[in-house]
Parts: sequence; structure tokens; C-alpha cells
Amino acid sequence: MEWKGRDVISIRDFSKEDIEVVLSTAERLEKEMKEKGQLEYAKGKILATLFFEPSTRTRLSFESAMHRLGGSVIGFAEASTSSVKKGESLRDTIKTVEQYSDVIVIRHPKEGAARLAAEVADIPVINAGDGSNQHPTQTLLDLYTIKKEFGTIDGLKIGLLGDLKYGRTVHSLAEALAFYDVELYLISPELLRMPKHIVEELRERGMKIVETTKLEEVIGELDVLYVTRIQKERFPDEQEYLKVKGSYQVNLKILENVKDSLRIMHPLPRVDEIHPEVDKTKHAIYFKQVFNGVPVRMALLALVLGVI
Amino acid sequence: MPELKVSAIKEGTVIDHIPAGKGLKVIEILGLSKLSNGGSVLLAMNVPSKKLGRKDIVKVEGKFLSEEEVNKIALVAPTATVNIIRNYKVVEKFKVEVPEVIEGILKCGNPNCITNYEYVTTKFYVISKNPLKVRCHYCERTMEEEEILANL
Repeated sequence: MEWKGRDVISIRDFSKEDIEVVLSTAERLEKEMKEKGQLEYAKGKILATLFFEPSTRTRLSFESAMHRLGGSVIGFAEASTSSVKKGESLRDTIKTVEQYSDVIVIRHPKEGAARLAAEVADIPVINAGDGSNQHPTQTLLDLYTIKKEFGTIDGLKIGLLGDLKYGRTVHSLAEALAFYDVELYLISPELLRMPKHIVEELRERGMKIVETTKLEEVIGELDVLYVTRIQKERFPDEQEYLKVKGSYQVNLKILENVKDSLRIMHPLPRVDEIHPEVDKTKHAIYFKQVFNGVPVRMALLALVLGVI
Repeated sequence: MPELKVSAIKEGTVIDHIPAGKGLKVIEILGLSKLSNGGSVLLAMNVPSKKLGRKDIVKVEGKFLSEEEVNKIALVAPTATVNIIRNYKVVEKFKVEVPEVIEGILKCGNPNCITNYEYVTTKFYVISKNPLKVRCHYCERTMEEEEILANL
């Protein structure tokens, strides 16, 4: 598929080949960035970052990626500082911003907003999160992180832990992992299990899946443990939440019987699902994961701008 | 079979076997209330039917609806059959079929979907016809039969 001018909206639009192109381009750009510091691929190009909802990592890493590529950035970090506050429609905002820029990155609280923006704009649009729907660049950087650590994604045993019912990150990641030969362990409280239709779809695609509520029973098997936040408001009462919370905290004790090669990931922000004492172990790679957001987003920007 | 209480048409389309009570919705979806050719539109409601118990029938005078047009009503009237009439005779007969893509008729049931806030024509992909299941092109959420009917 032609990359120049392409929109990046949903991981559903990606084939395995597309994913591989992004990962190999990111690897190449990371290497060049280390050698040269500053790159020139996007010189003279302007990225507009439209964040209708707050974000730390996604916005800053996109901006950092564009600067590293030699391009420049305009945009807003919250809707209240734009004409949206005066009641301007998303359609009109996009139509306006595309006159000023070469590529748009958008985060919006409404699901489907990025798809609509992409249809309105003639320039490429990248989804940086639309409500609880999709966040494809997170999935790509997660895959990049796994590949970088292990040299391959195939053959790994990967555990997803936490809120598997509502978490958009784990849904997209699971869908993308179905392209690879991995065993997936879904670890969550009963209340927050991955929706049945997603599990069925993954099984139909030939994925081997183990569902469990007990982290301690499976953690010894895993190569990757992908931790996500369990939100208090998902539970009917606080007592139930507290009961669950304790048994899903990753700490030094639970890491006593794990494989030496186990790697722990987290999309961040975390609250207390990973104890800070884990940070200094060789298992923790969540801050490396943050770093990887930059080369992956550089790759996407360079590809859709058609400059690489 | 007792004779129908509405007159036969010479040329046009008869949509038969519409579930009782959905006839008006069929007229609305096909935009038949604004027929520009001057022909009449006849609606019979709550007619006894062997197949359905009770049914609605819509007769459109002077207009031949294509399969593609009629398929738009598949969501409200999956049992409907369509007869093309020329010179009082049925010259063509077909059943409605759920299309692959549904545009504009259905509202997304996800209250947080952008289509419920912005000026945009909705679009859904049919991922299963039986049981009926569709996915919103925008928010990617799926809806099943009950929710679909509630959002027509």
C-alpha cells in the first residue's frame, strides 16, 4: 500500500506487512538519530498537533519526533485554547488547520473523531487516541518495544494484565499480536475480562489463548507481562476494588519465580499497579517503551509525508 | 384469498410482507412521501397474512424500485418481498437482502460516537447477516439486532 498521504486511524486498517514496514523504518531512524543527532527528512514540513484532550507522552513524543526529523510543529494542547470553545465544529477546525500544515495528529474525546477528521482533510491524519476506541501508535510502539527486546515477536508468551474489558490499548495490542505466532495470557479480575467477541475473533485467527484470574499461576511462564491500570470506578463498591487491587500489583515478591528474560511493559501513566521497587530490576522496560514512542512516531510521520 | 381493500396498480412496485407496523417506516426510508412523478403511494396496514399473521403492504405507482434501493429497508423489513408490476402483472419478484454497507439510515447507538455530534452521514459495515451485526465505520463499535432496531 502507498504510504504517502495515508491516514493512520485504526490498527484494523493495518496488514502485517504494514506493521513490519513501520517497525523497520523506526529501527532505521533510531539508528540514524543516534549517529547524526538531528535528521533532515521533514525539513520544511509542518505538523499540527490537535489535542482536544490532555496527554503527556503522546503529544510530546509526536512533537519530539517531528523536531528530530527536522520539521516544525504548531497546535494546541487543550480544546479550551482554540475556537472549539466558541462552538466550532471538528469539520471546520480540520478544514482550517490543514491550510497551515502538512500532517495532522489528533486526539479527541469522541470515538470516531479521527476517522471523520481524515475524511475531511486532504492531508494525512494520524490518530493519537479517539475516546475509548483506538490508539494505533501506542500499539505500534508496543510491538516495536517487544521486537527490540527479543529480536522477534514470534514464539513469545505474552501476558496482558489488568482491565481487559475497557482498555483500548490491550484490545488493539491483542489484535495486532494475532498477526504473530504468540501465546496470549489474559489475566484479569472476572469483572474486567476481555470481551468475548474479541477473544473469539482472536481464537478464530488461530491464536492460542489462556484466560485466568490468577497472576501468580502464570507469571512464571511469561516472556512479556503487559500491565495496565485497573480503575476504581469500574467496580460497584470500594471493598471489591480493594480486594482485587492487591492481587494484581507487580512487586518484587511476585517476581521471585519469573523467567530471567521476563520483560514488564506498561503504557503509562501508572498508579500503583507496578511498585516503584520494580523499576530498577532488569525486567522493567516501561521507560524504554516511552523512548520507543519517538522513533515509531518518526517513522509514521516520515512515511505518511512521503519523505523516506 | 380475500381481495385487498386497496386497489391494484397498473405500473409500479409492490412491497409485500412488511412486518405489521413497519409500513410507514418503509415509506420514510425510501423517501416515498415525496414522490415526484405524481403517482400515488398506497399503504395497507395490519393485513392478515398466512406467513406473518399480520403484515403491511406498500404500493408505489409509476415507480420501479431497484433491488439496491429496496435493500435499504432490509433492516426494518427483512421479510419483505418486492413485486415489479407492469400492466397489472407481476413481471419481476425479489426478496430484500441486507446490504454489505448501510449508509445514512441508522444512527450509531454509541452515545460517545462522533456521528452523534457532527454533521456526518453514518456508515456501518454488516459483519454478520444472521444474526444481524454491524460495525460503525467511525467509532468501530458493533451493534446487534435489538440495538439496531432501536436506532433506526
